[in-house]
Amino acid sequence: MQRQVALIKQSLFDQGYLDEQFMELEELQDDANPNFVEEVATLYFKDSARLINNIDQALERGSFDFNRLDSYMHQFKGSSTSIGASKVKTECTMFREYCRAGNAEGCLRTFKQLKKEHATLRKKLEQYFQASKR
Amino acid sequence: MALGNLSSSPSSNTSELHVLAVDDSLVDRKVIERLLRISACKVTTVESGTRALQYLGLDGDKGSSGLKDLKVNLIVTDYSMPGLTGYELLKKIKESSAFREIPVVIMSSENIQPRIEQCMTEGAEDFLLKPVKLADVKRLKELIMRGGEAEEEKTSNLSPKRILQNVFFLFFIVFFIITNIVIFIMLFPLRKDETRI
Repeated sequence: MQRQVALIKQSLFDQGYLDEQFMELEELQDDANPNFVEEVATLYFKDSARLINNIDQALERGSFDFNRLDSYMHQFKGSSTSIGASKVKTECTMFREYCRAGNAEGCLRTFKQLKKEHATLRKKLEQYFQASKR
Repeated sequence: MALGNLSSSPSSNTSELHVLAVDDSLVDRKVIERLLRISACKVTTVESGTRALQYLGLDGDKGSSGLKDLKVNLIVTDYSMPGLTGYELLKKIKESSAFREIPVVIMSSENIQPRIEQCMTEGAEDFLLKPVKLADVKRLKELIMRGGEAEEEKTSNLSPKRILQNVFFLFFIVFFIITNIVIFIMLFPLRKDETRI
């Protein structure tokens, strides 16, 4: 099982889903707090689901309040940075740039990509944590 | 509501810092709390500047004496928060006579020079770029502890322990003098009618 855990983790880093911040978080784990990273990840996915929902609703309304969208994305980018979610963070940055440029089309496109990366990361991290527990 | 962990021990352990961490992000609060706990600090987390002021008792509510049961030694706050920003919180703390001595550290994910300067000018102890690392927290703790030790040196002359020490010393001196006088009198009696040959 250890080998599988290592492989999953390696692929997450190699494919750019995670960056060194994730490793920094793993360094904070110890015997008294063996599930710290998983706890942070759980919080992250709960929080980001809420943000995705808010952004989805805002985009569906059709009227692009770029300030509000940028504000949501700032939060999203912040928590993604804190957990080391590299690809998601990049999409957040791009989305914010489109917001600043007032480019609705760009926002929609980037958001679609962001949701995809986010879902993939979630699945892979679930696999990783499950494998780590065995 | 996330008032976080209010420490139950009221004794002031001078080697442990009590840090108030302010951040609207759930994820960031969890991370900063862990970083501080690993660095042997007591931590209280709140999710906004307003809550932070409430916690300290600075929210203008005359009835509230603050919810804290432990003196706060350091405040670490995010810059961008809805409502009261980290900068505005910093200002309010520095404006208060009760809390202006508490060091305040600002955290931000954005490296904006004018913002950093603005905070440092207002009296921030330091400005940390997110994501905050363990090395940042350790360095910060050392800085604060060193500052605290210097502060203790200054006020040590007035501490109760010191006063007690001085009183004992005084008693000892007086006792010593009296003993010497008694011995002197015994050796050289002061009777007028005695004639010494």
